[in-house]
Amino acid sequence: MSPAEAPAPLVLVVDDVDHGREIFAEYLEFRGFRVATAADGLEALEKAFELRPDVILMDLSLPGIDGWEATRRLKQDDRTRHIPIIALTAHALASAHDKAREVGCNSVVTKPCLPKDLEHEVRRQLEAKTNEGSDAHP
Amino acid sequence: MGSRAKLTLVDALLAEQEARACAVLTLRWLERHAGVKRAVFTLVDHESGRLAGLTGMGVALAAVDAFNIDLADRTHPLVVTLSGGEPVAFHDSTSLRRSFETPLGSSPFHAVPLGSGKEREEAGLGLLLLTGLEDGPVSEDVLWAADLLGVRLASIWFHRIQIDERRHKRERSWLFSIINAVTDPILLTDADGRILVANTGAETLLTAGEEKREGWRRAVALNNMLFSASLFTNAAERGPTRRELLLVDPSEGRDLLFEVLSTPVTIRLGESGVVSVLRNVTDLRRATEEIEENYRRLRVAEAATRAERDRLDLILNSVQDPILVTDPAGNIMRMNPPAERMFTFAAGKRDARDIRDIEVERRVRANDAVFTSFVSSLYAGQARRWRRKLSLTDPQSGSTVPVEAISGKVVSKQGEETAVVTILHDLSEAEEKARLYEQVKRHSEELKERVREATAELAEQNELLRRQAFQLEQASAMKSQFLANVSHELRTPLNAIMGYTHLMLEGVSGELTGPQQDKLGRIDGNARHLLAVINDLLDISRIESGKMPVQMECVRLPELIDEVMTEVEPVIAGTRLDVSRELSPGLPEIVTDRQKVKQIVLNLLSNALKFTPQGSVAIRLQHDGEAEEISIAVTDTGIGIAEENQTTIFEAFQQANSSYARRQGGTGLGLTICRRLAHLLDGRISLVSRLGEGSTFTLFLPCKSRTA
Repeated sequence: MSPAEAPAPLVLVVDDVDHGREIFAEYLEFRGFRVATAADGLEALEKAFELRPDVILMDLSLPGIDGWEATRRLKQDDRTRHIPIIALTAHALASAHDKAREVGCNSVVTKPCLPKDLEHEVRRQLEAKTNEGSDAHP
Repeated sequence: MGSRAKLTLVDALLAEQEARACAVLTLRWLERHAGVKRAVFTLVDHESGRLAGLTGMGVALAAVDAFNIDLADRTHPLVVTLSGGEPVAFHDSTSLRRSFETPLGSSPFHAVPLGSGKEREEAGLGLLLLTGLEDGPVSEDVLWAADLLGVRLASIWFHRIQIDERRHKRERSWLFSIINAVTDPILLTDADGRILVANTGAETLLTAGEEKREGWRRAVALNNMLFSASLFTNAAERGPTRRELLLVDPSEGRDLLFEVLSTPVTIRLGESGVVSVLRNVTDLRRATEEIEENYRRLRVAEAATRAERDRLDLILNSVQDPILVTDPAGNIMRMNPPAERMFTFAAGKRDARDIRDIEVERRVRANDAVFTSFVSSLYAGQARRWRRKLSLTDPQSGSTVPVEAISGKVVSKQGEETAVVTILHDLSEAEEKARLYEQVKRHSEELKERVREATAELAEQNELLRRQAFQLEQASAMKSQFLANVSHELRTPLNAIMGYTHLMLEGVSGELTGPQQDKLGRIDGNARHLLAVINDLLDISRIESGKMPVQMECVRLPELIDEVMTEVEPVIAGTRLDVSRELSPGLPEIVTDRQKVKQIVLNLLSNALKFTPQGSVAIRLQHDGEAEEISIAVTDTGIGIAEENQTTIFEAFQQANSSYARRQGGTGLGLTICRRLAHLLDGRISLVSRLGEGSTFTLFLPCKSRTA
């Protein structure tokens, strides 16, 4: 496939707060990504297994299955373990960040976060993943 | 010659039992019937081996008695006659080849052998020497009479010998009975050591038949050798000798020790022998040895007993407490010196005794009475040991001595009570100690009670404090949690505000007019300010609750300053300030939290840049080796701080010039956080400032070594 025909990367944005989802989803679409959204942990798992996104933005405080647990399950599943997960949280304390890394988040971003900063992090993760993939399949 | 005369002689001789009487009758008969004038009757004495005169007729009897001829003298004419058996006439003794004397003197005589041919042949009985016979052959009557006499004598002798032999036999058997009855071996040996006579005891030791077993015979052979050897060692002795001889018991094989008494005896003429009596002294010797051994043991035991007694004395005398040994009657048998002090007094000098001596004696008697009463009660009882407190009196001082008497009965192996040993233990000291102990104990109890009360009170206070601490902790935790929650809840809407603002500014929702952009910029600035405030508040909260993590590491301050300068470069670029830095040489590395030092310096430098409209800003690093401190000073030529504000400036939201500061975008929490972070790193921040001239904020940090 030529780069021109390659579909844009798919980003799954998980957040229980409507405007949280909306801001990042709208901005990323504006910036040329394909975006899917989920409002809770369970939906996030279903969408992830169904759509196999290229990157997941995971809010941590979610009703039901929270972001940490969802991340843990995704990282334990062969279908989704390779997908980079960027934790997105309003918790400023180091303990929340450490816990996120423990369950398998590739990076942690603290809210409030400027949309362009987030885009920057998404691209960074995609790049890292591509490098990794090319390393694995030269 | 009528046969009647012969019959008379026969009758006479038969009626006679004695040789001499028969000879006299025969000589008388020859005188009457054959003309014999004088005569000598000789008989062979086998014992002495001589021909001896026995009686005579017409000769001196003394001469007859003295007349005897040695039969061993074979050439003697009479001995020749005797052995020839035929009568011989001796007319002239001088005419003979050898002359000899007879009681008959020089008269010619006939020598007629006695007995018939048979008796003569045997040994020769004797001779009749007769005078008065006619020359020529001896008449038949003489021969008949000599014959008759010989027969008669032989008969008498035979009879006598028979009797003798019977008697000898009997006596022999008696003798053997006697020597056999003696259990000690008795032996008669000849000169060559051959055993002639041996009793049963000796035979057991020295003879063995073929039927005996090998061992027995060997033992006997050995005994014989030993015995013979012992005989010859003493052969030279003339009289009885006594010696010891070790033989072997052939039946049991054990050694037997004998005492041998040997007496030389004559066996027969010219032949000597030895009678040996062996006395078995084996048991005697053993008994002797046993007695000696027992005696020796007795001596040893006696010595041991003496040593034991001496040691006992030593022990008794070295004991400080009085010790008394009493017999069953209650009399004191032994006592050591301490006991003597209590129970004896100097006797004597009855006249010179003064009142004091009498007093001493009275006390001793009193002690004795107390002690005797105690001991007698012990004898009355069944217990072997007895213990009781007694009250005695010191005879010298008269003071009361409380003692504990401990008595034990000494019981012999036969169960007999032989003595009582009593030790008197002085209780004065112990009682004093007990009294003191009681006192100490009482004080101790009081003290303990007080400590207990104080402890209870303390525990109560502690509990109270603990509860308060718990409450405080809870309150603090709740406050921290509250702040964390507030932070979270503020961030979420802030995220929306800032997010949407940016969406619009980025043109996501279409192009904006200039004024719209300005207003959205204001929203963005205020949102950022709010975020800074929230972050600062969170920092203060963390420091206060002790939850601010500190990561100590080696830090090179010049590098850190470089980083800070790089970060503020855009700000500096927007001013016309002269920013410089001065590093004194030989700055050491310090161990501290790099991130926090950077935060402080960045804050101070940002402040300086913010509050200095014109002039310069300088950073100076210095090392004070004496105080072991490093100082980082930020000096500006800014607006300065009035003296009255120099203390409050470090408190929250106390900017010196609020309106100005707000315009500069400060949160009002920066210096508060800086000062608290400095404290967290064991450092401090000082301020020197003059309003309108500028300020110098200096951070001092301890210069900890790498290993500290």
